[in-house]
Amino acid sequence: MISLRGAALSYGPRVVWRDLELDVRAREFLAVLGPNGSGKTSFVKALLGRQQLSAGTLTVLGRPPREASRHIGYVPQQAALSAHAMLRARDLVRFGIDGHRFGLRLRTAAVRRRVDEILESVGASGYADVPINLLSGGERQRVRIGQALATDPRILLCDEPLLSLDLNHQRAVTELVDARRRSHRTAVVFVTHEINPVLGLVDRVLYLAPGGYRVGTPEEVLTSESLSQLYGTQVDVVRVHGRVVVVGAPDEPAVEPHHPHETRDPLEVHEIDGARP
Amino acid sequence: MTLADGIWHQIFSFDNYGELLALVRNSLIAGAALGLIGGLAGVFVIMRDLPFAVHGISELSFAGASAALLLETNVVVGSIAGSLLAAGTIGVLGVRARDRNSVIGILMPFGLGLGVLFLALYKGRAANKFGLLTGQIVAVDTPQTTWLLGTSAVVLIALMAMWRPLTFASSDPDVAEARGVPVRALSFAFMLTLGLAVALSIQVVGALLVLSLLVTPAAAAARVTASPVLLPLLSVVFAVASIEGGILLALGSSIPISPYVTTISFTIYAACRLAGSYRTRRWGARRSTPQPA
Repeated sequence: MISLRGAALSYGPRVVWRDLELDVRAREFLAVLGPNGSGKTSFVKALLGRQQLSAGTLTVLGRPPREASRHIGYVPQQAALSAHAMLRARDLVRFGIDGHRFGLRLRTAAVRRRVDEILESVGASGYADVPINLLSGGERQRVRIGQALATDPRILLCDEPLLSLDLNHQRAVTELVDARRRSHRTAVVFVTHEINPVLGLVDRVLYLAPGGYRVGTPEEVLTSESLSQLYGTQVDVVRVHGRVVVVGAPDEPAVEPHHPHETRDPLEVHEIDGARP
Repeated sequence: MTLADGIWHQIFSFDNYGELLALVRNSLIAGAALGLIGGLAGVFVIMRDLPFAVHGISELSFAGASAALLLETNVVVGSIAGSLLAAGTIGVLGVRARDRNSVIGILMPFGLGLGVLFLALYKGRAANKFGLLTGQIVAVDTPQTTWLLGTSAVVLIALMAMWRPLTFASSDPDVAEARGVPVRALSFAFMLTLGLAVALSIQVVGALLVLSLLVTPAAAAARVTASPVLLPLLSVVFAVASIEGGILLALGSSIPISPYVTTISFTIYAACRLAGSYRTRRWGARRSTPQPA
């Protein structure tokens, strides 16, 4: 469904990633991991055709990504909604169906029925008419997934959909995504810095790091050996009660601390899990 | 007679009202058209956070209108030319909100300065000069009405055609772009449309008070509804009520139309704000009830 061959992306002299070889199949759940600045967001933009590759090829459903955008259901980061948006939950879903069309809307009743169905399927019927800026993060994310599913997409592209959600809502959102994958064989590309909420669902992991990337099953990629090699420094991967904790992965190129109380331990525990100390 | 009575009679005197009404028939028609497009365009002004742009465009529109006055050509055409120039510049140079505000801040005093220059050179009737800044009703004669209605129709058609993708792009730009909505092009197209709407509004409420037609009604409506049907509808109703109410009240008085329009539209806004805070509390109550995960 998605195919990258020798793909590279750079901003001027700074290479974000290169020589990327990847095929995503139908019904596959691919988690994209990596520290900040490793090019996760650029990866999303490239898939949406909003970012040109600097080398190599990328096809989505056998076409250039821009032409396939109709078949990608996109769940953006939470902050993406304009603060001035005056919308209800149902309007956001409706955008997913026909928001891109010019001219006046015809066949209103059919569209409204479809919106109701979608809201029902993501469990958002109870707040369909509430203005979107009054919804909680978890409720909004359900609506977002409804919006992404409105086009009946063959690929679901989620950019940090679990950010700032509590555990219950994280589970609810991942279950919605997983249910869609199973019922419609939709491929899922799930960008996240928290692998644990989706660990049980993930088929493969794309781990992006400043020094390169790794692709494989979580068991192959999330090991001390693999990540140490990737980062070029000692990184320990510990598995506790079915959770993965990465210790010692350098986040960001080291920043000079400006304030004494922000001094960082270079080997701080970088848990790729929402729970921070 | 007390002083208060004297002032009152200066502001309101409804003798011969019927005859006056016949004189402003054109104004009432133009007012309805302006209320319609002002109310509709205002929805996007609020959604896209453009009140400052409206103000900036109106100053250049004022410069265009005063140039036309000086050259003794059609004031509406001059006003439209100035508006489009300003809207185009803001659209090209101010893609990001931060750049946009400084571009506007630079254009605005320049436009106002030009306008003052042209008016200073103009030797005609003083009422014409004042009217461009603070509004007038009798200035709307038949050829002007034709221009106003024609341009209103253009704005109306443009808004209807791009309504849906523009709403999508204004409130949810990331997903809109991902879905292939031409976000940039729409932004520019809306700027030009807004320029036309501003040029039209100036003919009735004047350059300084355009915001009362293009911002206040939509902002008031947004306080009480988030429905995509009710929002533009209420906004239009508020704008038409402000402008027609203003014309009818100004008719019986010696002061310009704009204080009436701005007062009516402000009162509507205040009322909507009150009603809106009740509504938010109602939704707020829903939020605080414990919810099953």
